[in-house]
Amino acid sequence: MTDNIETRHEPNYLEYRGKHGGILGWLTTTDHKRIGLLYFYSMMTFFLAGVVMGLLMKYELISPGEQIMGPQTYNGLFTLHGLTMIFLFVIPGVAAVFGNFFLPILIGAKDVSFPRLNLMSWYLYIIGAIVVLVSQFMGDGPPDTGWTFYAPYSLKTNTNVVAAVTGAFILGFSSILTGLNFIVTMHRLRAPGMGWLRMPLFGWALYGTGWIQLLATPVVGITFLMVIAERVLGIGFFDPAIGGDPILYQHLFWIYSHPAVYIMILPAMGAITEIIPTFARKTIFGYTAIVISSMAIAFVGYFVWGHHMFTSGMSSTSRWVFSLLTFLVAIPSAIKVFNWTATLYKGSINIQTPFLWSIAFIFVFMIGGFSGLVVGSLATDIHVHDTAFVVAHFHYIVFGGTGFAFFGALHYWYPKMFARVYNFKIANIGLLIFFIGFNLLYFPMFYLGMLGMPRRYYDYLPMFHSANTLSTIGSWIMASGLLVIIINLARARRGKGKEVDDPWDGKTLEWQIASPPPVENFEQIPVVEHGPYEY
Amino acid sequence: MENEKHHIVPSYMTHIMVLLGLILLTVITVLITSVELGAYNTAAAMLIASLKGAVVLLYFMHLKFDHKIYWIMVSLVIAIFTAVIVVTFFDYLYR
Amino acid sequence: METVTHTHPADAHRDDTASKIGMWLFIFTEILLFGGLFIVYSVYRYMNPVAFHLAHEELSITMGFINTIILLVSSATVAISISAMQKNDRRTTMLMLVATLILAAVFLVNKYFEWGGKFEHGLYPGSDLMKSLSNGDMLFFSLYFFMTGLHGVHIIIGMVLLAITLAKVRSGRVNGGSYALLENSGLYWHLVDLIWIFLFPLFYLIH
Repeated sequence: MTDNIETRHEPNYLEYRGKHGGILGWLTTTDHKRIGLLYFYSMMTFFLAGVVMGLLMKYELISPGEQIMGPQTYNGLFTLHGLTMIFLFVIPGVAAVFGNFFLPILIGAKDVSFPRLNLMSWYLYIIGAIVVLVSQFMGDGPPDTGWTFYAPYSLKTNTNVVAAVTGAFILGFSSILTGLNFIVTMHRLRAPGMGWLRMPLFGWALYGTGWIQLLATPVVGITFLMVIAERVLGIGFFDPAIGGDPILYQHLFWIYSHPAVYIMILPAMGAITEIIPTFARKTIFGYTAIVISSMAIAFVGYFVWGHHMFTSGMSSTSRWVFSLLTFLVAIPSAIKVFNWTATLYKGSINIQTPFLWSIAFIFVFMIGGFSGLVVGSLATDIHVHDTAFVVAHFHYIVFGGTGFAFFGALHYWYPKMFARVYNFKIANIGLLIFFIGFNLLYFPMFYLGMLGMPRRYYDYLPMFHSANTLSTIGSWIMASGLLVIIINLARARRGKGKEVDDPWDGKTLEWQIASPPPVENFEQIPVVEHGPYEY
Repeated sequence: MENEKHHIVPSYMTHIMVLLGLILLTVITVLITSVELGAYNTAAAMLIASLKGAVVLLYFMHLKFDHKIYWIMVSLVIAIFTAVIVVTFFDYLYR
Repeated sequence: METVTHTHPADAHRDDTASKIGMWLFIFTEILLFGGLFIVYSVYRYMNPVAFHLAHEELSITMGFINTIILLVSSATVAISISAMQKNDRRTTMLMLVATLILAAVFLVNKYFEWGGKFEHGLYPGSDLMKSLSNGDMLFFSLYFFMTGLHGVHIIIGMVLLAITLAKVRSGRVNGGSYALLENSGLYWHLVDLIWIFLFPLFYLIH
């Protein structure tokens, strides 16, 4: 916790006053750290809105029969919940917030390669969000298709699909530009001496993510444009009544949306990979293996989309091909888990909040991963397809994976971002409540799905009652845990926390500069002489 | 990727020769598709189109003269896209 | 793979290599954007071989051929303009850019007449004739209008980029020492050509 005297006189990014001060200073900033925070605050807003929608849905499901909403409202709500959580929270997710804030610092750069483009990405993100929001109030009511917009229903429903799809298209553009920016930054701006294999692993994760963003997003972009054209211009692509193939829509949609799962999870894994060595006080086990597995996940993950379509009526050949490829992608994911746990072996483990989040991450991620094998194999998938089992599975991966890593990363880098520490004890209690609530909320859904409870229904048979009630109670517990966590962090931000520079004694470059980081990060670009995790 | 420019400047003549080659290929592809070759028509048309594409990439877009990182990236992207088409057709070919 | 040079790009005010990598990455997204359409095209053509064959006879090979040649020549003129700039020959650069813009405009005029002919016969998106088409024909013309239309949009974007470049070459802001913008607009223009190279046989030359 040494004061970095030589950088202290530099204004930090929070106090810096450029041409504009105040709110305008934030809205016109090209500082990657401020853009990271812009993403952070806007994403947290959407995330909390999504949580409220989830709570309402769970409340509807507390008992059989209609509680607080009818079927159409429920359909609109799960669509909006999906859109919000997927496109506005987890896809930008860890990359947009912590990638923006820390990638340049981790590789020893002053900013990303295209700072103005970076700000534009954020604006596109906000515009996309507004368009999605507007779709709820315009036309003939909120879209009720689910976030997947499956044809032909999305072509036939009277609800406002066009606006929602346009919003998703704009959000995709924002995501592409962020990925592009990060890739170029890593190619051009690594500090002298930082070869590719000395780059922190969070960087590598973002590199793989960037490529998926570049290569997968346009495919769904064009698919959405085709849906719009079909609805607005009356030309035909996917409507079976005019010879179109709705399964082709599913192919195109998942060509993006499966890799999108890796857009969500890769940066999350990268963040966990940064946290674990710091708290094991030990260099990461198998640096190269993690690099290769990141790239392998990005690559193989591109070819497994068909496992969302096992019951759609595609050919049996492609079913087993996709099942095989799906099992292959489990290998690099497992390699990472192995590396994390092996890093802990014989480490001097420092049990702190971010570390606990990482362990919780590994736990829920593994449940999510193993249940993924259940839905990834043909025979079992037919039994659980479109049931609550699938809902449980992807919430364990997407929320349990990305969400836990997001909060882990937040607790890890919080002192760096704001130069304050939160109350560790309350943070740990919050995590515990959150963790219990999370499992109580989603684990019963595995059981419900096995029994055959379908997803996306506002009502269910009486036989599913007790497990659903348990799940709803879990949602309340989880929400209270979330509240504790957020209040604790907000209190620290308001100056209640102790001022610190580096509470964890991290070794990567971000811990070598002052907290909060100076405007230009480094007065002099550092020269790197060894790998990122030298303990 | 060093910062300084690569100073291989293709001459005007190179570009004109490349253009003539491309036009020739276009003529060939039109002629070939006007005779009956069955399934080979499509194959030939696609082959020639790919050849033309490769020429544009290598000469007009400077892949041949530039740093080889661009070449690697382009090849990877094309390979991935081809693989996506192949994997998609596992469905349609065997349905 | 990388060597540390005396000037680290972070210190430079301008990083042309970064812009070029960025442009290439953007081109990749464009390739995949059209790639999605190529997948749709190949699937539907596979499913409706006869209808696609009959429908394509509505299109004029001559028109398509002329437009292909126009785009190829325009690609060459852009390439020459870059070589000229590297040789510090501003006059040729500007001449070639003007030529490219004219060729692009001719392409669009051609396209206008081609589409216009279809429209006159009542064949346009959403028309009664279009709706009465058989399944395969409907898919063919939907793809035809959508893909060539999207390509046309890209032509216009490319023209805007080239026009901006031309203005900057004129004012001297793009010059022999700093011509990243010219290179990148050129790359974009070649991409537009590249896509057309595939669209031409797929729509006009089906046998």
